[in-house]
Amino acid sequence: MSEFDQLYREVILDHYKNPRGHGLLDDADAQAEGQNPLCGDEVSIYVAFEEDGETIDEVKFSGRGCAISQAATSMLTELVKGRSATDVATLPRDELLDEIGIPLTPVRLKCALLGLSTLKLALHKAKGTPLPDEWSGMADELDLT
Amino acid sequence: MAVTTQAKLDARKLRSDFPIFEQEIHGKPLAYLDSAVSTHKPRQVLDKLRTFYETSYANVHRGVYTLSERSTAEYEGAREKIAAFINAPSPREIVFVRGATEGLNLVAYAWGLVNLGPGDLVVVTELEHHSNFVPWQYIAKRTGATLRMIALDDNGELDLSDLDAIAGAGNVKVVANNLVSNALGTINPVERLSAWAHEQGAIMVVDGAQAAPHRAIDVQALGCDFFAFSAHKMCGPTSVGALWGRRELLQSMEPFNLGGHMIRKVTLEETTWGDIPAKFEAGTQPIAEAVGFGAAVDYVTDVGADAIEQHEHELASYALGRMSEIPGITLYGPPAERRAGIVSFNLGDVHPHDVAQILDLEGVAIRAGHHCCQPLMAKLGVAATNRASFYLYTIPEEIDRLVDGLHKVRKVFA
Repeated sequence: MSEFDQLYREVILDHYKNPRGHGLLDDADAQAEGQNPLCGDEVSIYVAFEEDGETIDEVKFSGRGCAISQAATSMLTELVKGRSATDVATLPRDELLDEIGIPLTPVRLKCALLGLSTLKLALHKAKGTPLPDEWSGMADELDLT
Repeated sequence: MAVTTQAKLDARKLRSDFPIFEQEIHGKPLAYLDSAVSTHKPRQVLDKLRTFYETSYANVHRGVYTLSERSTAEYEGAREKIAAFINAPSPREIVFVRGATEGLNLVAYAWGLVNLGPGDLVVVTELEHHSNFVPWQYIAKRTGATLRMIALDDNGELDLSDLDAIAGAGNVKVVANNLVSNALGTINPVERLSAWAHEQGAIMVVDGAQAAPHRAIDVQALGCDFFAFSAHKMCGPTSVGALWGRRELLQSMEPFNLGGHMIRKVTLEETTWGDIPAKFEAGTQPIAEAVGFGAAVDYVTDVGADAIEQHEHELASYALGRMSEIPGITLYGPPAERRAGIVSFNLGDVHPHDVAQILDLEGVAIRAGHHCCQPLMAKLGVAATNRASFYLYTIPEEIDRLVDGLHKVRKVFA
């Protein structure tokens, strides 16, 4: 398979062109915005919980981004539906990266993980779930209000 | 466009001076269309660095031994070349800095902190690189001064019709502008803004990073007070640049960094500063890089600033013509006759990252992002653009390959 076919494989383009979970969620239980300072991309994530207030019932996202970030966030919404907030807060990034299944350079890794980071931030703000270890000491930089 | 009697440059021949082009990227020859962010280095500069380290290197100014004298002569010789390159009245008005960014910060801090206050206006443009925007925004906030914008018109050119209104709104103290926009390639009316700034009693601070490598520079003709540029954008090493400032301003300013070499006398009670430019060159300087900067000035001068400008103008015209035929493309910035060798564009709603990634697989390197111009991106209503930029080694075939690659992008995202 050529590098091109690896990177822009059919499933990535499919998720990019027909994103799952794209849109807004009125009365979201959890919500956050994330930015990729490299390119100025922005994503907003909205979460609704089931009646137990813990299980993720619905995830939506809006914003702009490249095919990798949009496809990754689209896949993310499918990956986390039905899981508990606690589970998703500690979801290893490799689980999403395996799903995406393409080789990513460090720069494109940031694109692919923007949605996941923003989702974890939303859960943290709504439920107090832990943020990823690598964010420790960054509370001032994250918009946690 | 300056009329030139100089011989046209031979980009194909110059290319052989640059070892970077001897490789393939993803199995294809390298088409490097990102020279606005940084240029590649010719053997003449690389050889100079190596020879200098092997034969003449020592710390400058302080040693009394032969090597230190040799090193100092090379370092100060580079300063003289740089002064001549931009027609500065004296090499003493050339301060070595890490790059244009540090030069602009030096002015903002060392001049701005002392001279700005409430009621004062700092005038910048919507076209600035963050390097000539953020320092002023920050220093204005710290001093209580007000930041005012010169707006852009639909061509991506400065709209000067607001100048009178701006002058009426306060005490204009600083006008900051780039001579050439890194994001759109716009060539700005710096002479006119300098004259206006001086009518207001303000200083004119010019970001020359995108201009000095590509066209003849005469700081006296520009009429500005400060002019900053970087070596790495003109065939030289990274981590070195030059700030030119008017002698009386440099002399009256406080230092920016404090430490070794910049002092006259230090006692327990107080310290007095050295003469210019030493006052602004604290600590061991990027000595070899400065010498390499001098070699880069020699290289660019040999090729000829007017010839480079003419070559890039032809490339920009060619690129704008060919790219305008691509369905769905949006080209930003002024017409070819009023722009440097920079073409910013978007292809439909395909994200610039994806465009640049697919082009990379074709061996074509372009930039995708906000180009450190987020206020401009907001004005254009986009998060990012693609940008192709040219230099003395750029050949039309590279633009052809860019165009072919863009057709491929269209197919993928159709």
